[in-house]
Amino acid sequence: MAWKKNSPLPGFGLTLGFTLFYLSAIVLIPLGALVLRASSLSWVEFWKLATTDRALAAYRLTFGASLTAAAINAVFGTLLAWVLTRYAFPGRRLLDALVDFPFALPTAVAGLTLADLFVPKGWLGQFLVPLGIKGAFSQLGVVIALTFTGLPFVVRTLQPVLENLEREVEEAAATLGAGRARTLFNVIAPLLLPPVLTGFALAFGRAIGEYGSVVFISGNLPFKTEIAPYLIVMRLDEYDYNGAMTIAVALLAFSFVLLGAINILERWARRFER
Amino acid sequence: MAGGTVRRRTGSGTQKSQRGSEESPLVRWLLIGIALLFCGVFLLLPLVNVFAQALAKGLPHYWASLVHPDSVAAIRLTLLVAAISVPLNVIFGLAAAWAIAKFDFRGKTLLITLIDLPFSVSPVVAGLVFVILFGMQGYFGEWLMDRDIRIIFAVPGIALATVFITFPFVARELIPIMQAQGSDQEQAALTLGATGWQTFWHVTLPSVKWGLLYGIILCNSRAMGEFGAVSVVSGHITGQTDTMPLRVEKLNNEFQGPAAFAVASLLALLALLTLFLKTYLEWKQHREQAAAQAAVEPDPDPTGHTSP
Repeated sequence: MAWKKNSPLPGFGLTLGFTLFYLSAIVLIPLGALVLRASSLSWVEFWKLATTDRALAAYRLTFGASLTAAAINAVFGTLLAWVLTRYAFPGRRLLDALVDFPFALPTAVAGLTLADLFVPKGWLGQFLVPLGIKGAFSQLGVVIALTFTGLPFVVRTLQPVLENLEREVEEAAATLGAGRARTLFNVIAPLLLPPVLTGFALAFGRAIGEYGSVVFISGNLPFKTEIAPYLIVMRLDEYDYNGAMTIAVALLAFSFVLLGAINILERWARRFER
Repeated sequence: MAGGTVRRRTGSGTQKSQRGSEESPLVRWLLIGIALLFCGVFLLLPLVNVFAQALAKGLPHYWASLVHPDSVAAIRLTLLVAAISVPLNVIFGLAAAWAIAKFDFRGKTLLITLIDLPFSVSPVVAGLVFVILFGMQGYFGEWLMDRDIRIIFAVPGIALATVFITFPFVARELIPIMQAQGSDQEQAALTLGATGWQTFWHVTLPSVKWGLLYGIILCNSRAMGEFGAVSVVSGHITGQTDTMPLRVEKLNNEFQGPAAFAVASLLALLALLTLFLKTYLEWKQHREQAAAQAAVEPDPDPTGHTSP
């Protein structure tokens, strides 16, 4: 079998050729260069550089804060998607448009304004700091920034699923005698689980690599509030290419594992489709 | 239990409320309340704060911060970088969507996955790969230095990093739209004697224009707002390689809060404009789709219910 089906349309060679050239030049070769350069290190060297105490502390914070933020987004994202698709209330369409705000707002601006809200004199900080809740220049700040940047993911993956959910299924469950709570848990929740998990994974993946919003609010203290992407920048500023590369490759490897997991999740989510 | 089958009319008389398939009003309003509170704190408050802080020292100070030569240079550079990276990714997006949507070939799924790749790469790593290629100790570092060509810590590096970050935006909007439309119309145009280019300009492009515009808006928004990748390759030379987001960071580090927020407010306005245009385009696309569907199959049910 030929690798391409015949088609009467012109331009296949030109467009695919350009696509492959541009993809290679912008994405594949640069990423390949990183991996190639990192592979010139021996395993021992690589492992040593990728797992220094400071790097380990940075991974712990990055993964911990990203997981927490993604979990917060899973809960509130589900609630938001539900409210937006099921209920009519004034301002619903405005709220719906506003959900994409974290995608549209440059991360530096997000970090700047969030930090300013939570400093002791800020709009929220003036109430929270006396209670002992430090939202700026703390690990909590990292979670706040990551929650903001990841907010749209769960909502936007869940919304189309909720819109296409057949109300008849719920009505049937109710007719058969199920209470609302039972319908929610036994009928609706299983249908929503795959998209919520997909949204969670997307938010988690985005949070792992996030830089702009976090550096403004975290304070970037080594071992305390320093995230892994910031440590890459620090290493680079010290002209420690190897140190920067090993952490970058570690993050990259994790991103690809997560990408694979998301693909599996999406296939699982489609298993009911006819 | 009969409750599920008996329809109770609510006050307005039009809404049906069924026991068991809808939450009680108390629960409903509680959930709406939590949603509004969450969005108020996490979305609205940060937005309002940007403008409040930008104007904290009054309008004259706000204006002075914006027309400061270094800020003007940053605005110019941001516009330049967007003007380079958006058209490049539009051309790529159109080519990729044409090849992927109009033809069947092996390896298509892999190609689509690879196009999405930049979305799963940390912005910092995106910047780093170009430092490794073109930086002083990079693969081409010496070669470039001998010829006195600067890529890293200069505008070309900033443009490259931005192109990388915004790479998938246009393509991923166009591919599903073109796939859904198939190639019947193009084939008809070709049969009637149109050339390939004529077909593309007069048949394909008009039918994807809203999707294309949507992709351009998202691509532009990210190109102008990118921070991490650009920060790694820029070198932070005031007045020369600072884009607007980098200028915001620098002013903030120099404890010039109101000035940082003034530049940030322009980016926040860009975000609001992006959101507005995006919502408008979604609405427009939705309406045209509905109109196209209505034209194809005249509605047999005049009450407006969709037939199963």
